[in-house]
Amino acid sequence: MTDLKPDELLAKIDRNPPASGWMDTPINIKKGIYCYASNPKSVEYVGLPNVRKWNPLEEDWKLPENWQEILHKGFRERLERFRTFKIFMDICVRCGACADKCHFFIGTGDPKNMPVLRAELLRSVYRNDFTTFGKILGKFGGARKLTLDVLKEWWYYFFQCTECRRCSVFCPYGIDTAEITIMGRELLNLIGLNIDWVATPVANCYRTGNHLGIQPHALKGMFDFFVEDIEEVTGVLVEPQFNKKGADILFITPSGDYFADPGTYTCMGYIMLFHYLKEKYGLDVTWSTYASEGGNFGFFTSHETMKRLNSKMYAEARRLGVKWILGGECGHMWRVVHQYMDTMNGPADFMEEPVSPITGTKFENAKSTKMVHIAEFTADLIKHNKLELDKNRNDHLKVTFHDSCNPARGMGLLDEPRYVINNVCNNFYEMPPGTIREQTFCCGSGAGLNAGENIELRMAGGLPRANAVKHVHEKHGVNMLACICAIDRAAFPALMEYWVPEVDVIGLHEMVANALIMPGESKRTTDLRGEPLLGMEDEADE
Amino acid sequence: MNGKYWFSLIAVVILMLLAYVGAEAGGLAIFFGIVIPYLAAIIFIVGFIRRILGWASSAVPFRIPTTCGQQKSLPWIKQNKIDNPSSTLGVILRMFFEICCFRSLFRNTKNELYNGSKLTYSWEIWLWVAALAFHYSFLVVIMRHLRFFLDPVPGCVKLIEFFDGFLRLEFVDTFIQIGLPAIMISGIVLLAAVVFLFLRRIFIPQVNYISLAADYFPLFLIMGIACSGIFMRYFTKVDVIGIKGFTMGLVKFHPVIPESVGGVFYIHLFLVSILLAYFPFSKLMHAGGIFLSPTRNLVNNTRAVRHVNPWNYDVPLHTYEEYEDEFREKMIEAGLPVEKELK
Repeated sequence: MTDLKPDELLAKIDRNPPASGWMDTPINIKKGIYCYASNPKSVEYVGLPNVRKWNPLEEDWKLPENWQEILHKGFRERLERFRTFKIFMDICVRCGACADKCHFFIGTGDPKNMPVLRAELLRSVYRNDFTTFGKILGKFGGARKLTLDVLKEWWYYFFQCTECRRCSVFCPYGIDTAEITIMGRELLNLIGLNIDWVATPVANCYRTGNHLGIQPHALKGMFDFFVEDIEEVTGVLVEPQFNKKGADILFITPSGDYFADPGTYTCMGYIMLFHYLKEKYGLDVTWSTYASEGGNFGFFTSHETMKRLNSKMYAEARRLGVKWILGGECGHMWRVVHQYMDTMNGPADFMEEPVSPITGTKFENAKSTKMVHIAEFTADLIKHNKLELDKNRNDHLKVTFHDSCNPARGMGLLDEPRYVINNVCNNFYEMPPGTIREQTFCCGSGAGLNAGENIELRMAGGLPRANAVKHVHEKHGVNMLACICAIDRAAFPALMEYWVPEVDVIGLHEMVANALIMPGESKRTTDLRGEPLLGMEDEADE
Repeated sequence: MNGKYWFSLIAVVILMLLAYVGAEAGGLAIFFGIVIPYLAAIIFIVGFIRRILGWASSAVPFRIPTTCGQQKSLPWIKQNKIDNPSSTLGVILRMFFEICCFRSLFRNTKNELYNGSKLTYSWEIWLWVAALAFHYSFLVVIMRHLRFFLDPVPGCVKLIEFFDGFLRLEFVDTFIQIGLPAIMISGIVLLAAVVFLFLRRIFIPQVNYISLAADYFPLFLIMGIACSGIFMRYFTKVDVIGIKGFTMGLVKFHPVIPESVGGVFYIHLFLVSILLAYFPFSKLMHAGGIFLSPTRNLVNNTRAVRHVNPWNYDVPLHTYEEYEDEFREKMIEAGLPVEKELK
């Protein structure tokens, strides 16, 4: 945890820009803000360029000799390949509407965390290298040469953006800083400037299928523990299946859920739901050890790396011969699945158009990609009364819901999870408008920034989210922050401990599983975490 | 304080002096009255088209709209059809509200740290108001100026003029006697809005910090254009018939220099020419770019309909076979199914 106390961190926020202009304010890489450089082994495993050991704090970043040339060429290529990039370089009028929309600016006050200025870091070089006016007018036209300091600034600030797209919602032209950050990071990757919290997960995903590097037998072992825990709480022995050919549905979720609390409870929730559906309706769901990661850390590296990692989903669905794919609770996984997967690795014509075999509902909105979000799937089951639920079992929870950025702003998955929550728990309170739905705030740790060494940045960036949670905690006694994203489940416990220690973190399907009345279950006295259920303790004692 | 606006202010003042002195004393009326306007018009048209074609020539590899509302999913969940469109009609409506009503800007909020620990978000409407006032009054001014370029003057132009001045008759005419038939609201609003946008850049610290000299330049240009226009209309009472003759000459490619117009007219015309020529090379191109912005003009139906990337290429993959080859023994030991048994 950062040495700064919450009060000190708040007191540090100074929204007044420095006296010197931003082009004249030198880069100052600060401890607690930046992430460690990538481990050469990881970079080498996936064959990314300029493998070497380097340290951002040292003067020499060990760049290839012709780094400027590489970047210039890379820049030009991307301007041709992405209309977004080209247009966003040209049409910003610097109205400032985005300035105070970024959680990193709100939490740090660093003017280069204003989305407009983050983009100007690239634009200034674009003007200098690619526009006649920029070349003629120079600084007057906002142009500058790509020097080593400018490059360092790119690296520092493009890894202070979680690609959450909140600024894009407010931009009158829809300029999406996430897109600019993506391009910036692609360029940096061309000369080997990555961070380890992205590079190593990428290598792990490539090799073992998941970002934690869990090998197939170990994954099976983890699930055996979940099975034991579920039996302890419910008295029911569940049997999750792996790599099963001919199953109806392939289920893919972020591997963060296998690994650490509270994600593991969400994972147990999925397992219980699938067991229920098998017992009651004969639905056959399989997990995969090969495609055992929903999250795509390639998205934080380059389009190419994203495609390489994403390919496993369709490849595995084809190999196993499933009808369609169901996807778990994850933020950017859904942005990739929704907006990129079919384009990159489709068409998925070897599968069937997704239909819920239980309710008969056709998921029209997923008929090409053939991948359904589990919140859509479960909401549909509940709507058709296919789940027996005792929502009182979540009465010990006062819940608020965090829309994760990517599904909210890159998909529009807003009401499905709310419908599910309202059907599995009695106490649900929304955070204030302006902080939910498409205006939701990032956890501050997305896009590969969920490391330990940049904790000050994470706590500052998560401030707006935490502040809204604190508001409902004080007003309604909210003690549980629900979310549908594994990075959230990994990042929020630290964030809440720092800003609102009374609030814990939960996934949607953990609450579903708490409420779900399993066939043949014994009387439940605790929730999945072993916490006593409200009103059930007495019965247990008798 | 960011003093970049001084560069732009001085640049615009120099331009004004150039036109005034050049046309009045330098005998360069033909240059400022005919050559420059034609040149500016050509630069504007060619530059604008080239810019649009330049953007259009870049691919749209992925469909990545920013969604601001509920997606189309289950039939009983109400979709936000405009902010999260799943049909072309939805996109058209979204773009219409974006372009004609500045919908995204309308959402603008202001964030403040209250009591040192509480973040607040309040609706911030002034930028939206000023932007709308600016663009619409500019549009009306341009429409009104069509009077000088069309003969006979079309009814719609007369109508716009009537309403633009009509409002003034209702509210202002009884108080101020200027001696002209009407004060045009649009001119006043345009000037006021430009001044507001300028002051915003000066006084809001963050906006000041991000402002480039290139941001101030068009503001001063437009201020100069509006001021010189207002000056001619209400104070020097320029010879309108003479100007019409001149502009019609330009339109019909038989340009004739008018006798009875003064230096202020050349300032006005020169600044307009500079603005036109500056347009395609600057951020003013947002006027064209907004139509092409992929985060707003695409349908959000990517899971329902496949979008094709024209430059999609094959990438190195880690296949299942390679994966199983590496982990086969462990998989078998853990009871996981495999494709090939151990030999």
